[in-house]
Amino acid sequence: MSSSTPVFDPERPYQRSPSVALREESFGALVYHFGTRKLSFLKTRMLVDVVVGLESHDDVHSAMSAAGVPEAESPAYLRALAGLASAGTIEPREIP
Amino acid sequence: MKLTEHFQYGLNSPICLTWELTYACNLACVHCLSSSGRRDPRELSTDECKAVVDELQKMQVFYVNIGGGEPTVRPDFWEILDYSIDHNVGVKFSTNGIKLDPARSRQLARTDYVDVQISLDGATADVNDHVRGPGSYGTAMRALENLAEAGFAQPKISVVMTRQNVDQLDEFKAIADKFGAQLRITRLRPSGRGADVWDELHPTAAQQRQLYDWLVARGEGVLTGDSFFHLSAYGEALPGLNLCGAGRVVCLIDPVGDVYACPFAIHDEFLAGNVRSPGGFEAVWRESELFAELRKPQTGGACRSCGHYDACQGGCMAAKFFTGLPLDGPDPECVLGNADAALAARSADFEVPKSEVDHSRSAPRNSRVNKREPVGLTLAPPARRPVRDCDASPLADMAPAGGVPVAGVPVAGVPVAGA
Amino acid sequence: MPPIEHSETADEAVAEETLVEEVSIDGMCGVY
Repeated sequence: MSSSTPVFDPERPYQRSPSVALREESFGALVYHFGTRKLSFLKTRMLVDVVVGLESHDDVHSAMSAAGVPEAESPAYLRALAGLASAGTIEPREIP
Repeated sequence: MKLTEHFQYGLNSPICLTWELTYACNLACVHCLSSSGRRDPRELSTDECKAVVDELQKMQVFYVNIGGGEPTVRPDFWEILDYSIDHNVGVKFSTNGIKLDPARSRQLARTDYVDVQISLDGATADVNDHVRGPGSYGTAMRALENLAEAGFAQPKISVVMTRQNVDQLDEFKAIADKFGAQLRITRLRPSGRGADVWDELHPTAAQQRQLYDWLVARGEGVLTGDSFFHLSAYGEALPGLNLCGAGRVVCLIDPVGDVYACPFAIHDEFLAGNVRSPGGFEAVWRESELFAELRKPQTGGACRSCGHYDACQGGCMAAKFFTGLPLDGPDPECVLGNADAALAARSADFEVPKSEVDHSRSAPRNSRVNKREPVGLTLAPPARRPVRDCDASPLADMAPAGGVPVAGVPVAGVPVAGA
Repeated sequence: MPPIEHSETADEAVAEETLVEEVSIDGMCGVY
């Protein structure tokens, strides 16, 4: 995992990392990063929907609203997503 | 719920699993958990192996730990490896290094999603070869050199902790550092041939403490396979899930397609089914009686009143079973000594459960019935009573065992200790 | 570790700010 991961910027487009396998479960999703061998557990369906939806939105904020994240929970979700970014689970997406 | 609670109730698919590809092995390690040596003629064919991979892909199993015996002695090992990776199932394989020449090492360095784990049980040749056989230390070192030379990133060195190597922990770490590898230490269980050498090789109580202290002080970056959660009662829980995953998040597929709860529990009592049965592996994982039983909430039994139960979970099911202890009581290596009375109470001619699955190459091993025939393959999952909490005799479910322990019978190629 | 007496709902998960839990894949007993 690179130590020079760019700062998480929710104004930019993101995507699930290609090195990551995501498996939905009843309780959310299990995420396995083949590079770091870390297993993560996304604990809400809504967070899973955000992560899966990242690739089809222009920025993180719109992915979050499309998944129905309430305003009040937005800071917690942003923190979780920033954590996922530094773990390499999600990464910035190049705009073609 | 925390992640670990979800895991205790089982998942729709394993997260990963151990897959023993063959019982054949070029070595004859005294403690072999799968009693390997001779190839079983009923081994899964190449096509059957690929069908297993197809199932694992469909179930989204993240990766497999391939072992054996020595998996690389199967000529189709490399084909199965590539097939697995090409079908989204990552591979870690455990090897004594015998086939890892420079060419294969370069091939592995070019391959994504593969991890290599070299077995080593002594930081010096004398300690290692006493358990693994003459020349095995050299084989492991050559493999590590070849992998490093080829630029293979971070292989694992996997060590089974014994009475004889606990003092070498720093040296193991140094070897790993030298080869750019990651050290992994794991617990010896009284499984397979491990039962024969358990009394002489398992760490003493003082050494368990030593091991725990070392992990706390110097264990950063050292893997443990979560196999030391029984030591958590000493203090802070060690990093990891600290729970038994057998039948819940992991299991074993053996060389003839039998599915067991765990590689340390190769015994009829923990046999869930066979991948050759209708419905394949998926049906066994999702529908077997044994796994349903294991996924029920565990009450903790006699350990429930112990303040450390949350951390140690009553220890290892296989360790208890193969020392003849009840599964709802303390682990034989309970750090509080709670199993000592039960162990001492066993009579002199007490016989621990023995697996009939034995592919060892040598003539009668100590304490084994001389049964050389492999277990007959059944095409349908056997009607098997689930493992039961046992508050009476630990042998309540067992067929009477025959044979008398004969101490000191050597395994081929290994000097007899104390002879 | 205090016993958990009820299933955690999505709201509780957010409130506790534990939307993501991480563990090393080697931390799982029962595999090589």
